[in-house]
Amino acid sequence: MTLMKSLMGAAAAVAMTAGAALAEPALIFDLGGKFDKSFNEAAHNGAQRWANETGGKYREIELQSEAQREQALRRFAEAGANPIITMGFAMADPLAAVASDYPDTKFVAVDVNWLDAPNIRQVSFAEHEGSYLVGMMAAMASESGTVGFIGGMDIPLIRHFGCGYAQGAKAVNPDINVVANMTGTTPAAWNDPVKGSELTKAQISQGADVIYAAAGGTGVGVLQTAADEGILSIGVDSNQNHLHPGKVLTSMLKRVDVAVYDAMKAGDDVETGVFTMGLAEDGVGVAMDDNNKELVSVRMSDAVTDARKGIINGDITVVSYYENDSCPALQF
Amino acid sequence: MEKMPKWADVVLIPLISLLLAAILSALVILAIGENPIEAVNLMVTGSLGSTYGWGYTLYYATNFMFTGLAVAVAFHARLFNIGGEGQAMLGGLGVAIVCLYIPWPHWSIALLGACVASALFGAAWAAIPAYLQAKRGSHIVITTIMFNFIAAAFLNYMLVNVMRPQGSQDPATARFPEAVHLPTFQSMFSSAENIVFRGAPANISFFVAILACIVVWALIWRTRLGYEIRAYGHSETGAVYAGISPVRITIIAMLISGALAGMMAINNVMGEAERLVLNSTEGAGFIGIAVALMGRSHPFGVFLAALLFGFLYQGGAELALWTSIPRELIVVIQALVILFTGALDNMVRIPLEKLFLTLRTRAD
Repeated sequence: MTLMKSLMGAAAAVAMTAGAALAEPALIFDLGGKFDKSFNEAAHNGAQRWANETGGKYREIELQSEAQREQALRRFAEAGANPIITMGFAMADPLAAVASDYPDTKFVAVDVNWLDAPNIRQVSFAEHEGSYLVGMMAAMASESGTVGFIGGMDIPLIRHFGCGYAQGAKAVNPDINVVANMTGTTPAAWNDPVKGSELTKAQISQGADVIYAAAGGTGVGVLQTAADEGILSIGVDSNQNHLHPGKVLTSMLKRVDVAVYDAMKAGDDVETGVFTMGLAEDGVGVAMDDNNKELVSVRMSDAVTDARKGIINGDITVVSYYENDSCPALQF
Repeated sequence: MEKMPKWADVVLIPLISLLLAAILSALVILAIGENPIEAVNLMVTGSLGSTYGWGYTLYYATNFMFTGLAVAVAFHARLFNIGGEGQAMLGGLGVAIVCLYIPWPHWSIALLGACVASALFGAAWAAIPAYLQAKRGSHIVITTIMFNFIAAAFLNYMLVNVMRPQGSQDPATARFPEAVHLPTFQSMFSSAENIVFRGAPANISFFVAILACIVVWALIWRTRLGYEIRAYGHSETGAVYAGISPVRITIIAMLISGALAGMMAINNVMGEAERLVLNSTEGAGFIGIAVALMGRSHPFGVFLAALLFGFLYQGGAELALWTSIPRELIVVIQALVILFTGALDNMVRIPLEKLFLTLRTRAD
């Protein structure tokens, strides 16, 4: 089956490269840079996986300034790159300005879902659904009745994570106390493990014994301190269970790599439109592996499986922070 | 007696410094297995080889001219304003407020209004550190840098909680209305059959920046206030003896400095992004320090240094686009230029002065 799949993939790739030899895909990383251990790095991994499997080549740029957003889009489009994959919601505005000038080029926007253009594939993730599941696990694993959330930069996207988490925790235990902190208000908050460590200690002193970090590179400090202090932590974006085996309860997976890989694999035939990758599409999920299997009880994994089904078929509604810019379960 | 002729001071020293930085950068590029000649070629053609490249180079240069002038004015009063970043952020807020909430009939009037608003907001942000320095003796370096963080947090609050359009994830304001869009070089210089500066962000505020250079020159060297600022900068006790109030000069110099930094926002916020984003200044306030140092705090020097840094930024972007040189290394190249032209100035200057002295004694 897998062999068959990769054979077919390879065949398709050969067919594609034969058809459009010039159309290399291009990948535009956001300001965090491609080795941010999180969002952009996941995209890099997806692109590398595509390159290794197909032997294909792709262009890439790590943005350094806001003015380069539109510049990179135009330059790649003029050089014939197709599709052009962009990372992060900040690319939405320049994409809206540029996409119509290059009607034959396909654009892929990860973390964007509100644009109106025929040649953009918009991929967003239902982070609140995945966060809901890890929130449930946190509440079940907690003995103190207090769980923590540490966000990176205080922007709506991160509140969206925290909001789903709090709803999941409260679904298990309505009396649970959710402590939430943001690392900061500047982009530096994505890469401040020392502050992450301090916030972890502060939350432990408030009684938290499971802490969910949705903070990019800052999360490394959260997971480290949680492991040192003997409490549980929850990773984000990539599977971070292996960072401290037996100390990380789980990770909320956001499969940016899959989104990038799929887009590159489809090449310039990539389907455009708006796509939300939620639990049903395996775009988000919880990480279960050998590193955390002793932490996850049967009761816990059954509850997560049931809730996952419930969310997919609509029995459970997880309120999105975006709906009315506020969260029913948590005050930021 | 001058140790060496003026032309050597103004032209030769920066050129030698640049050459040293270039040689070192070439070695670094060689060390990671890329071709330095090709890299230089890419940088030069990418930033100066087409109107598109110039459009970006001049856009960056406009930012650096404003922040460079801001630092230069404060330098003349021996004040080290490293709060240009925060002042420019607040300037951006001022621009966003007047562009979004006042129905301007035409961009030219809007540009005037935005200049005033950005200057006021920038000056207001510099006023508090200036007051603390003048009246309380709190060191300006510490307070201005702290105010950068307060500005970032304040801007974040405004964008996330107040000015963000409903339903948008992006911490940014709505787009400014069509009427306040500044003419770009593309719309100014293109004819029907010949489109130049295509897609580049350079806009009319470049000329505002040049005007600012001239005004600052006139202010510093042709007015009584400028004389007082320079006198205070050379010797505080001397200035006091001459009846110049240190409190007054400190506050006025910082207000002008903050206003200039704030005015950068007409370029990056009103001219380029046409909305206010969180990361709008992206370090231009700090680059302004290097620009002022390299330009010897003279407006013409600031102009040239700003062009150089514009070239480095746009050239760096081209490197990032077409080679696999990582962006950290591009920052290294930019830093080498700053290091040699700013910090290691004496390394070139002292031997060169000795050389000129020996040449002169031999001629005598």
